[in-house]
Parts: sequence; structure tokens; C-alpha cells
Amino acid sequence: MIKLLLLPVLAMALCVPFFNRVSPVLFGFPLFYWYQIVAVPAGALLIFIVYLVEERGRGDEA
Amino acid sequence: MSYPAATIMFLALLGFVIVLGFIAGRWKAGDMNSIEEWGLGGRRFGTWVSWFLLGGDLYTAYTFIAIPALMFGAGAIGFFAVPYTVVIYPILYLVFPRLWRVARKHGYITGPEFLRGRYGNRWLALAVGVTGIVATMPYIALQLIGMQTVIGALGLPGHLPLVIAFAVLGAFTFTSGLRAPAMISIVKDLLIYLTVIVAVIVIPAQLGGFAAMFGKIPPVKLLLAVPEAGSGGAYSGYATLALGSAMALFLYPHSMTGILSASSPRVIRRNAALLPAYSVMLGLLALMGFMALAAGVKTMPEFKAGFAHYGPSFAVPALILHSFPGWFAGVAFGAIAIGALVPAAIMAIAAANIFTRDICAQFIAAAVPGREALIAKCFAIFMVVGAVAFILVIPNTYAVQLQLLGGMWIIQTFPAIAFSVYTRFFNGWALLVGWAVGIGCATWLVALNHFAGAVYPFHMLGYTLPSYIALATVLLNAAVAAGLSVVLNAVAPDVAGDETAAGDYA
Repeated sequence: MIKLLLLPVLAMALCVPFFNRVSPVLFGFPLFYWYQIVAVPAGALLIFIVYLVEERGRGDEA
Repeated sequence: MSYPAATIMFLALLGFVIVLGFIAGRWKAGDMNSIEEWGLGGRRFGTWVSWFLLGGDLYTAYTFIAIPALMFGAGAIGFFAVPYTVVIYPILYLVFPRLWRVARKHGYITGPEFLRGRYGNRWLALAVGVTGIVATMPYIALQLIGMQTVIGALGLPGHLPLVIAFAVLGAFTFTSGLRAPAMISIVKDLLIYLTVIVAVIVIPAQLGGFAAMFGKIPPVKLLLAVPEAGSGGAYSGYATLALGSAMALFLYPHSMTGILSASSPRVIRRNAALLPAYSVMLGLLALMGFMALAAGVKTMPEFKAGFAHYGPSFAVPALILHSFPGWFAGVAFGAIAIGALVPAAIMAIAAANIFTRDICAQFIAAAVPGREALIAKCFAIFMVVGAVAFILVIPNTYAVQLQLLGGMWIIQTFPAIAFSVYTRFFNGWALLVGWAVGIGCATWLVALNHFAGAVYPFHMLGYTLPSYIALATVLLNAAVAAGLSVVLNAVAPDVAGDETAAGDYA
């Protein structure tokens, strides 16, 4: 079930109409650019959470 | 123009990794006469080596040249590379640890081999294997084009440096197998990170900051065009390009080889969370296309010849030569050139594994354990020589077009590979028919686009949905395979051909 957390990763990356705009600007980057760059570590974090939860349930096997 | 400091640095780095390539064979030495050792590194790579290897494998020299070139030439659409490399990781996490397990259990070293075991159908395996090899050839050729661009930018003469570099590549691939690119990728990735970090600090400062840089980008390039009513416009084009490219990526033989060489499924799952670091780097690198645009390298007289010869692909090399002192330009170019050698070596090895296990042993001559590795090594050389010949004989635009088609073709193996690690609902022959329908439709639609565009405007119920052809056709492929499986499972089930058991996957 924890794997459902992977869905927002897809949604976040593919909701183009939501992020195709200039403002708010961050450190000189239009939203379009900073949002998509920030989506990378955000996605990685969600995957890491899924990994940690599954790892806990899995025990010791390699 | 010639750049002596840059050239010396470039050649020194290249010389260093070539020596490394030959030494690599002795690293955690195994029996190089075994194809599992030569072609899969003995399935021994831990989290960090896999991180470097897959990073070097998936984020290639061609990417480093082509994505900024797309930003430079076409604008925001080129940034699809970032969501694309976000979406690949949930797919990696869900599908490939299961594939790794079943592959390890049954000794499979390629994707097609898994399908042969799963469906007892060597024709399905042949179709998927040939698709992989055919899609890989132009991909290797594109790595050569990436390398050619930086060699040309340094003002080095003709094709000779390229031919030498790839001759040596063939030699160390032969002797060291997958260990060579694994070891070299560590150098390559560190150099690329260094280059990108320095570039995003130094170049925007020269341009007056990021705000000033973005301010110089024409509005039509800064954002995607807002779609008109009744059309998905650039939005659906962008999203389907990202999703379709992501579904295709891990089906390429070189990705599969990189993944199967991991030492455990845990290594793969960890890397699904660690590899995105490369995607951040890719995003910053894509912005180098905008930096080149803002710096105005295109109108500088010293780069006129370069742009005339290489087109927008010259944007990044020109920016690097313009913004950095010679020696550091040499480092950056070295990183790109080595970034071509790593994936090219893995691609050659991966294609060789497929040829040996799925074509030669099945259709030409029964496998002899001692000879298997030798056949693979020779086929790897053939792939490298073929790619060099391709570049020398055929215009570069054909390689780009074939790579476009290659992506459309390789994605057609998605239903077979990705669904089959979860379910045995499908029938092997149905998957084969779905594959054929997908390949046929994709090729036809790309031909309608005159082999130039990856996005086709589909019309449905009065709505226009521009979509990446690969994604649309793989949906059709899956629908055909599923429908036909229902029929075939009723009249002629092939479940008996499955040599794997449910417990082999989880």
C-alpha cells in the first residue's frame, strides 16, 4: 500500500498546466524551471520513504 | 581556432580513462570467459558502484549536448528531460527489483531471456531482442556524434581522433567487459558534476545573475505555448514526451544490463531514490542552453563555423569555450567525451549479451559454455565498428532520425517486460502481435511526420490531443495484447511454458 506514494511523484512531474507560468519567481528562476527542478528531490524523497517503510517490513534478506 | 590548453587537458583525461579501462578487468577479478562475469560484472556491483554506473549509463554525452541544444533552439519544450527523469524512478522501483530476482534465480542476463523463460516462446524473445539491438545501434552512433562535436570544437582535425578513441574503446570492452565502463563512469560522473556546478556558479555571474539570464530569453522560448481551445497543445505534447520517454528508458538493453549487474534488489531500490541527483544535474545542464542564448554565442565570429557545421548542438561547446579558461574547457570537454565512452561500451556489451543468448544460442548454434563469452566479445566489437562506420558513411541527421524511431520501437517491449514481472495473464503470442502492431503504427505515424517530429496530433471526438507517438502506440499495443490474450488463453493457453514460479519474483 505504501507504494501508492509513488503516484504523487508522477502527478507532480506531469501536471504541466499547473507549472507552465513565470511567477512566483524564485532566485531569478521562473516557476516553470524551479518547480520542475524542486520536483526531482521531492520525488526522490517520496521514493526513499517507500523504500524505508518496505525495508522495515522485509527483515534481513538482501 | 585552436585551443592548446583545452586540447592538452582533454587528451590527458581521455588517456587516463583509457588506461583505467584496461586495468578495470582485474578489479574484483572474475573469470572473463564466463559471460556473466564479462557481460554483467558477475552481478556484484553495490549501491555506489551501481549509482555511478547507471548514472554514466543513462545520462549520456548525447544528452549533455542535445538537451541544451533543444533549449537553445526550441526553448522550454527541451526541459521535458527533467520530468522525464523524475518519472523513470517510480518505474525503476516497481518493475526492476522483481526482474532482478527472477533473472538471478534462473541465470538470465537479458530481458528477452526472461521472456523466453516466462512464456516458453523464443520468437517473442527474438522480437524483443532484435528490437533492443536495432534501437541500440543509432544510440551508440549518437554518442559518437556527441564526442565529434567536442572534438570539432577543439579544432582537432577530421575523424581520426574519433576512430582512435573508439578503437581503444572496443579493445578494453573486449578485455574488461562491464567492469571497464563501471570504473570509468566514476571518473566521468565526478567530472560532469564538477563541470555543471562550476558552470551554474560562474556563467550566470558573468551574465548578471539568473534573473538577467532568464530576462534575455525571448518569451516564446521561456514557457510552453498555451494551448488553444479544443486542443491539448504543447501541454499534452510535453507530458506525453516525458512519460513515454520514461517508460522506454529502462527497456533499452544498456539500461537493463546496468540494472541486472547490481548485487541485490535492495541496491536497485536504493538507487531509485539516489539516482535523481543526476536529474537535478541534468536540469541545470539543460539551462546551459539558455545561458548560451543569453550570452549570445551564436553571433560571435569565432563560433560561426561551428554553428554552421553542427547547428544548435554547438551551443554548449561554444558556451564552454567562451566562458571558461582553456584548461577548464578541456575538463568539461573531457567529461562529455568520457560521457560518450561509458554508455557506448555498455550498449555494445548489452547488445552482445542479447545476440549471444537470444539469437545465436537459440537460432544459429547451441551454446557451448566456453565459447559463449567469446561470441559476445566479438559481437561487442562488431557493434562498435558498426557505429563508427555508421557515422563515417551516413549523414548525422539519419542517426538522429533512427534514434527517434528507436525510442518508438523499444517502448513496444514495455507490455511484455513490465507487465510480465507482475502477471501471467498475457499470452506470449498475444504480446508478440501487440508488439508488431505497435511497431507498425509507430513507424507509420513517424513517417507521416517525415521522420522529424516525435509528437503527432491525434483527433478524437472533436478534441485534438498532440501526443508522443511512442506513448499512444504502446497503449494500442497493450490493448491488442490484452484482448488477444483473453481469446488465446481460452483456446490455446501457453501457461505450461512458464519455467518461473510466483516465488521467484518477490
